[in-house]
This record gives sequence, structure tokens and C-alpha cells, in this order.
Amino acid sequence: MTDEATTTAAGETRGYSVDNPAPVIEAPRARRAKTPRAPRMNFEMLGWLFMRLSGIVLVVLVLGHLLIQLVLDGGVSKIGFAFVAGRWASPFWQAWDLIMLWLAMLHGANGLRTIINDYAERANPRFWLKMLLYTATVFTVLLGTLVIFTFDPNIR
Amino acid sequence: MPAGTLYRGREGMWSWVAHRVTGVLIFFFLFVHVLDTALVRVSPEAYDDVVATYKTPLVAVLEYGLVAAILFHALNGLRVIAVDFWAKGPRYQKQMLWTVLGLWIVLMVGAIYPVLGHAAREVFGS
Ligand code: HEM
Repeated sequence: MTDEATTTAAGETRGYSVDNPAPVIEAPRARRAKTPRAPRMNFEMLGWLFMRLSGIVLVVLVLGHLLIQLVLDGGVSKIGFAFVAGRWASPFWQAWDLIMLWLAMLHGANGLRTIINDYAERANPRFWLKMLLYTATVFTVLLGTLVIFTFDPNIR
Repeated sequence: MPAGTLYRGREGMWSWVAHRVTGVLIFFFLFVHVLDTALVRVSPEAYDDVVATYKTPLVAVLEYGLVAAILFHALNGLRVIAVDFWAKGPRYQKQMLWTVLGLWIVLMVGAIYPVLGHAAREVFGS
């Protein structure tokens, strides 16, 4: 959804008739004179592609994670420090959790960026909401990465 | 739906609304979830204390809700991808939504015992 479409369309809903028809909403993919022949890659298109590629990988990583943590082997009841230590002893599960952390955080952060762009129309809130989002995202990704890499089963 | 708006109602719009709402919910949960897991770097006791609250019946119900949100977002996300990349995707978007909802119900019924069983045993006695 573009900002342009939501703002121009807002509020003009009454009083339409045959003589005074509602404005036509152009089809989203309508081609105009200045539309380039072959779509060029840009940041938004990369983001769009990333949402879809990361989504496919996340289906395996996240649903597998839920299956292991909440369903198999006693469900949530078995989870504890010892269980975490057992799994992170293996580089396979470390890599699983690391990739899941990065992909889910970037996928979710990019999704929230889209949502802020959609609803925060004034420049100031828009800017600060994104700064808050980026700060929280960088913090969470770095903290999670640090925890996976520095985990110590003999901490005590 | 009033004229002059991009919101068109029906399956297409409501599945998009649900996808958006679940996406935001999952993101906020993930933020908290990384923080609680980080307690393994504080001490085994700190981590086990927090996880103990996750095993209470109330939080089990929240976990079931989280599973519901993730399963819908994951299945509907695959539908969105199919609509975008599969030539016949747009034509079958409605049928794919009913498939998503059918699969979602089956998986949610299947999740009742694993996710809520321990809570039921605690509340009603085993
Ligand atoms: C489990 C596998 C997942 C799949 C298949 C998936 C798929 C998708 C897809 C295809 C989109 C783009 C929708 C569009 O452009 O209209 C999307 C958006 C989004 N996803 Fe996911 N996703 C998954 C997991 C997650 C997770 C773990 C999070 C949170 C951390 C998340 C948060 C979001 C958010 C916030 C959006 C933006 C929604 C919007 O713009 O309306 N997703 N997802």
C-alpha cells in the first residue's frame, strides 16, 4: 500500500451517484509512460524478496523449534538450564538457533518497518518509531548472538 | 466497505489483516523471548525460575495462543508466496485460504494435548 493511495482516498465516501462517480482507483500494477521496461532492483524490491525467502526458511526453523520445545518429549515441562545446555552442546542446534534468530528478527523488523510506513504519516513519529525499531532490533540480535556464542554449561 | 478506499473486505482483506496482526504479535513475543533466554548467561537458577512461570496453566494458555498466531502466519505466509510466484496463485487465493484455515484447525486440535495437557493435569488433578 502506498501513502499516496491511502491519503487521497480518505474521507471522500459520501454523495456519489451516476453523475458524480467515485474516483477510480488505478490497478496497483498499471503501467504508465514512465514505468521502466524491465523492473530494476532496488531496496524495496530486495526487502519484498527477502520477506518471501526468509519466510520459507522460517517455516522449517520456527515450526521445528515449536515441535521440539512444546510438543516432543514432555513439551514445555522438560525445558530448563540442563535442556538448553544439552542442545547447545551441538554446533547443529547452535547454528539452527542462530540462523532462526537473525532471519526472524530481520523478517519481523522489515515487516514492522512496512507497517510504520503505512500508518505513521507525520514525519516525526515516523522517524522516531523507526529509530526505536532499529535500536530494539540491533540490541536483540546482538544479545541473542552473544548468548549463543558465549553459553557456558559450567557457569556455576 | 465505503467507496474510495483501498480496503475491499472479504477473504483477501481479512487474511491480510490477520497476517499483519499475528506478525506484530510474534515480533513482540520474540523480543521478550530473547531476553528471557539470555538469563542462561546469568545463572541456571535465574533461567529455571523464569521457565517455571512458563509451565503454569495461565501461561500455557498464552503459549497455545502463540502457537495459533505462528501457525496462521506461517501457513498464510506460504499462501501469500504462492499468490505472488505461482501463475495460478491469484486465481486460487480463496481456495488456498480455506486450505490454510483447514490445516490450521487440524494442527490446533493436534496441539491441544501437547501444549495444554500439563496445565489440565495441574488444574483438574492427574
Ligand atoms: C514461520 C514462517 C513465516 C512465514 C512463511 C512468513 C511469511 C511472511 C510473508 C510472505 C510476509 C509478507 C507479506 C506481504 O508482503 O504482504 C510476512 C510479513 C510479516 N511477517 Fe512473516 N513469516 C513467517 C514468520 C514470521 C516471524 C517469526 C515474524 C516475527 C518475528 C514475522 C513477522 C512478520 C511481520 C511483522 C510482517 C509484516 C506484515 C505486513 O506487512 O502486513 N513473520 N511474513
